[in-house]
Amino acid sequence: MPILDFLYKPKNELEKGGRAVAPIQADQGEPERTCPNCHKAIPISRIWSNAHTCTCGYHFRMSARQRISFIADKGSFSEMFSDVTSNDPLGFDGYKQKLETVRAASNENEAVICGTASIGGTKCMLFVMEPNFMMGSMGSAVGERITRSFEYATKKKLPVVGYTVSGGARMQEGLISLMQMAKTSGAVKRHSDAGLFYLTVLTDPTTGGVTASFAMEGDIILAEPGATVGFAGARVIEQTTRKTLPKGFQKSEFLLEHGFADALAPRRYQKSLVSMLLKMHCGGDEL
Amino acid sequence: MSTEAYEIVKKARSSGRYTGIDFIKGIFNHFFELHGDRRYADDSAVIGGVAYLDNMPVTVIAIEKGHNARERMQRLFGAPNPEGYRKALRLMKQAEKFKRPVICFVDTSGAYCGIGAEERGQGLAIAENLCEMMTLKTPVISVLIGEGGSGGALALSVADRVYMLENAVYSVISPEGCASILWKDSSRAAEAAECLRLTAKDALKLGVIEGIVSESNMDTPEFFSGLKDKLAADIKTLRADRQLLDKRYNRFRAFGRTE
Repeated sequence: MPILDFLYKPKNELEKGGRAVAPIQADQGEPERTCPNCHKAIPISRIWSNAHTCTCGYHFRMSARQRISFIADKGSFSEMFSDVTSNDPLGFDGYKQKLETVRAASNENEAVICGTASIGGTKCMLFVMEPNFMMGSMGSAVGERITRSFEYATKKKLPVVGYTVSGGARMQEGLISLMQMAKTSGAVKRHSDAGLFYLTVLTDPTTGGVTASFAMEGDIILAEPGATVGFAGARVIEQTTRKTLPKGFQKSEFLLEHGFADALAPRRYQKSLVSMLLKMHCGGDEL
Repeated sequence: MSTEAYEIVKKARSSGRYTGIDFIKGIFNHFFELHGDRRYADDSAVIGGVAYLDNMPVTVIAIEKGHNARERMQRLFGAPNPEGYRKALRLMKQAEKFKRPVICFVDTSGAYCGIGAEERGQGLAIAENLCEMMTLKTPVISVLIGEGGSGGALALSVADRVYMLENAVYSVISPEGCASILWKDSSRAAEAAECLRLTAKDALKLGVIEGIVSESNMDTPEFFSGLKDKLAADIKTLRADRQLLDKRYNRFRAFGRTE
């Protein structure tokens, strides 16, 4: 009855939908980031309080530490294998220097952080790749840390949750980094054969050798909206085939459409989704 | 400028080389080709089937590049689509069932790079092969006969024994790709080839392969019969090995191990 709706006066603030919340006021001179999707400038504090997303739904990249504090229960994460680092197995020209620069810039010593954590109360092995460390490329140390994580999880009968971000294998380590694909896959397989649960969350960007190994081997594969996930790089495909790529090629939605991911996991409810899936596979009790 | 390593890359790519078909013809008898991945299509870049190695039935899988321009077009220049890897996996599972050893000949510049390949899950196809080959309960031997390009080659090389021909290469990325990423200049490929350590000698030093097959007598029939004897002897020892799978796991586990 539209006429009655029009005449209706709310009796208190709650009926109106609650008291209006004043928008967070950015400090003057606070740095802003422009959202590549809606082109609005957003103060950094707003991005941070919003799990690194824009109001339009765009997901900004997160560093590994930010992700860990976002997904793991407070204070539950304990890092492991942080002493495993890459040395220069091939003696590749300029690689040692590059490693030093990247280590200083990113404040991490390798492109993945592993450890035990609890998510929504379920204990698990968590590994999170670091986009600020050579774009999460997989060298011998990354492979070793992930392999050890799976071996540890198999021994302790823990589920594994993995966040992947990677440009692929690290070419400065040549064949040794290629072999990491087989090595990690072997460890994933053993973990899987032991009847344990492995969940991957594909984030922007997951490509190359990581897509072709442990990123795609999860029992359940979630993808963050808008993430680029593929094997060959889009530019390389365009150059070799000389065809224009379809819109949204290699995005998470494309993956979902073609049946290579189970669901999208927007950050808004990502933690509850991951906790629920972990409970379903390892909790036993009802949610 | 050219380097020693880049000369070998050129040799590995040259069209006069023996391709997968030549090795199958030279080494095996009564090869019967099997087609299709039973899911989507038959990939022309991957040839697979059953054959006799002396008196022993084996499963043979080879990536075929083709000898001339027409064949190369048809074979997609030896770049398999996901169907190719799924066909290979199907044949390997079949081999496991019938307790046949698996022999792979690898010669690819990399997995096929195209829209369709991505739509059908190139990454997943390779990942599945890596996982399943690691626990395949039958001996697997891979021989890299030309180019061993990145994940596309590794997807058929998770084996108990891996050999390389003298002028074959095995690399995580093509020297051109490496040079263009690292120095934004693909003409410095020769330098990159040197840095990447992609020759058979380097691979042997790194422990990635078990041995190098000499190409000195490539024109004579002894080349194939020598390789045949080597494969037969290997299969014999691998078949008797009760810790085959543990050894295969540890073979790959050793790369970059720090404990």
